[in-house]
Amino acid sequence: MKEDNVSRSDKKNTGSAPLSSERQTSPQKIVLVGNPNVGKSCFFNYMSGMYVDVSNFPGTTVSITKGKYHNNDLFDTPGIYGVGSFNDEEKVARDIILSGDIILNVVNALNLDRDLFLTLQLIDMGKKVSVLLNFCDELKKQKIKIDTKKLSGLLGVEVFETTAVDNAGFDKLEDAVKMARTGKQALELQSILNHVIEKSVPQSDALLILEGNESIAEKYTRPCGTADEREKIYIGRRNRVNDIVDQIEYEDSKKGEIFNLFGRYSLQPATGIPILLVMFALVYLFIGEFISQRVVNFTENTIGKNLFEYNVKSFVGNYTPVDIKLISKDNTGNDVIIKTFQFPSGMDDDQSLKNEFRVMSKKPGVQCDFIFHNALPQLFFGEFGVITMTVTYLLFLLLPLVIGFYIVMAFLEDSGYLPRLATMLDRAFNKVGLNGRAVIPIMLGFGCITMANITTRLLGTEREKSIVTAILQFVIPCSAQLAVIAALLSGAGIGPIILYISVIFTVLIVLSTTLNKMLPGESSPLLIDLPMVRIPRMSNVLKKTYFRSVGFMKEAGFWFFIGALGVGLMQITGLLTVWQNAISPLTTVWLKLPKEAANAFVMGMVRRDFGAAGLFHMNLTVMQKTVAIITITLFVPCIAAFVVMLKERGWKEGMIIWFSTWITAFIIGGIVAQIVI
Amino acid sequence: MPNSTLDKSRKGNFITVVKLPGGEIKSQLIRLGISEGDTLKCIERLPGGTIVVRKNRQEIALGFDLAKKIHVTLSEKHS
Repeated sequence: MKEDNVSRSDKKNTGSAPLSSERQTSPQKIVLVGNPNVGKSCFFNYMSGMYVDVSNFPGTTVSITKGKYHNNDLFDTPGIYGVGSFNDEEKVARDIILSGDIILNVVNALNLDRDLFLTLQLIDMGKKVSVLLNFCDELKKQKIKIDTKKLSGLLGVEVFETTAVDNAGFDKLEDAVKMARTGKQALELQSILNHVIEKSVPQSDALLILEGNESIAEKYTRPCGTADEREKIYIGRRNRVNDIVDQIEYEDSKKGEIFNLFGRYSLQPATGIPILLVMFALVYLFIGEFISQRVVNFTENTIGKNLFEYNVKSFVGNYTPVDIKLISKDNTGNDVIIKTFQFPSGMDDDQSLKNEFRVMSKKPGVQCDFIFHNALPQLFFGEFGVITMTVTYLLFLLLPLVIGFYIVMAFLEDSGYLPRLATMLDRAFNKVGLNGRAVIPIMLGFGCITMANITTRLLGTEREKSIVTAILQFVIPCSAQLAVIAALLSGAGIGPIILYISVIFTVLIVLSTTLNKMLPGESSPLLIDLPMVRIPRMSNVLKKTYFRSVGFMKEAGFWFFIGALGVGLMQITGLLTVWQNAISPLTTVWLKLPKEAANAFVMGMVRRDFGAAGLFHMNLTVMQKTVAIITITLFVPCIAAFVVMLKERGWKEGMIIWFSTWITAFIIGGIVAQIVI
Repeated sequence: MPNSTLDKSRKGNFITVVKLPGGEIKSQLIRLGISEGDTLKCIERLPGGTIVVRKNRQEIALGFDLAKKIHVTLSEKHS
């Protein structure tokens, strides 16, 4: 453990004496705190050598990242406007700040009057603080002068000028840690605080109790401050901030005003909607055309099916009874079986037939369908094989899509576009009981419902979370499903596409207005700060994409495995046939689809795109395809999304939504079938 | 100067905040830098009444329902 620290600090800090050699004291907890988008993560990465998200949308870094700085623990926290309990991020940040020994407060030099509120609150809490004034290069460009010495004097703590993008001023970080101290607290607070402190509550906790943090008050069984008391303290603090800014900031010219055309145009619907459409078109070209057609076609078929699965399956087939169907496409594009090989005691037993198979299967355009006789090889390597299917789908189908999608999301987040999109769409979302912020989880949903379900946390009230969660599970198709739908409908003409979109859109409107009427309470209004629009740094985007993709694979991989195991077990135990027969009246009479379409619904429970993909092999008419994909879209979310939904929304709500999607999917699908088929 | 509410402001107006709505949202507004007596500039008013204001170099968007509850005085010029 100790050696690890030494080697790390040796590597990182050439030239500066390690802190640990001077002080052999017990490790301290250093916490980086700041408003959203002030560059905290840059400091964290530099100090710890580890990477975390640098996020532009307030509310996307909920998780906390911990690293080591010399001998000390270093924590990064979500961007917050103050220490409080208005949302999850604040609660998380609050608890880490309370337990921290040293606070490094990162402040945006361009937004002092916003950022210093948090600074003063940290000082009022009695924490040891150093202020890192970031974006100092921008000050010169915008002709603003800040008297840092005077600021330091007024705050009572050290202020360090930095520019995180090019690490300017980072040589002072070690001083910032060493020189952190308690600052000048508000005089009017001290007498009230003393009253609470007497009763053996730390000052930081005492202040938060006064400011109405119920959970802290409960912890010490003290009466909690009222909203009025909090307001009084906040107004006092706000006045102090304004007073300080007046004394230390000078603007040389009014020309410094940021006027950002793109940012402005993206707000007004007249220009903002075209911008949004162009954005969508670019995203579609990138994900829909490039990733899901070209890249996935290569990774899934060439690498996954023809290389990985073929070799694994034929290796297993050497030792176990197997039938192999060779399938090729005829002139009309339909699948035809060109030959069936039978190896009743494994391929190794019949070398001449094996060689014939080898030669024939290598021909271009030939697909192999392995049917293992025994249960275990079938379970692990068969059609729904736990090993074969999981690996192909996860690594060669889903991973490229997920990476492509995360690149887009990271790019949008870092550009500062998302808060503006939320602003533009606010009024439309108001109609269904949401505010513009809801656009974030819903947009994410088009990528991955599982991810989107987690992001509902950033919404203000339980009511909004419920509405958005329902919308996500009912109507939003994820990127994997969209890709399959697009492939199914390609060449079918514009009619089915219009039918599909209008049915789904109608369900969306009816569902959200009903929920808005039914659910009690009020939704929170939009209140969001708009960060500067900037071109994202590609290195940040890629690093963020990498860490998120790894995280996603870790989370989804397990459930994939379980899902494949479940369907595989159903297949070898015959449950799949039982299921097909059980719901065949529903499939054949009501939805007017072939009996085998029931498989799609089982698969759809595991992964949404599995469901739609299952329709590929059936000979369906255009309208049957349309009915099937409408039903599959409205049908339950995939198993990973389902589990995350239960975790986020609780068992009761989760199960209600899950079963309701069953009912809606079959009712709407059936109605459409009865009309158009 | 006539009393009004924030949702009535037009692009380019200067706004002096007279009274904020109470409760949690007030604390959030104060933290972001909007408190009673402050002067803001309305830099955008979207159809439907979503308002974007600027205070110093910070741009903040407020939903119509919130803007409606903020009492202000409006003027064409900076006071």
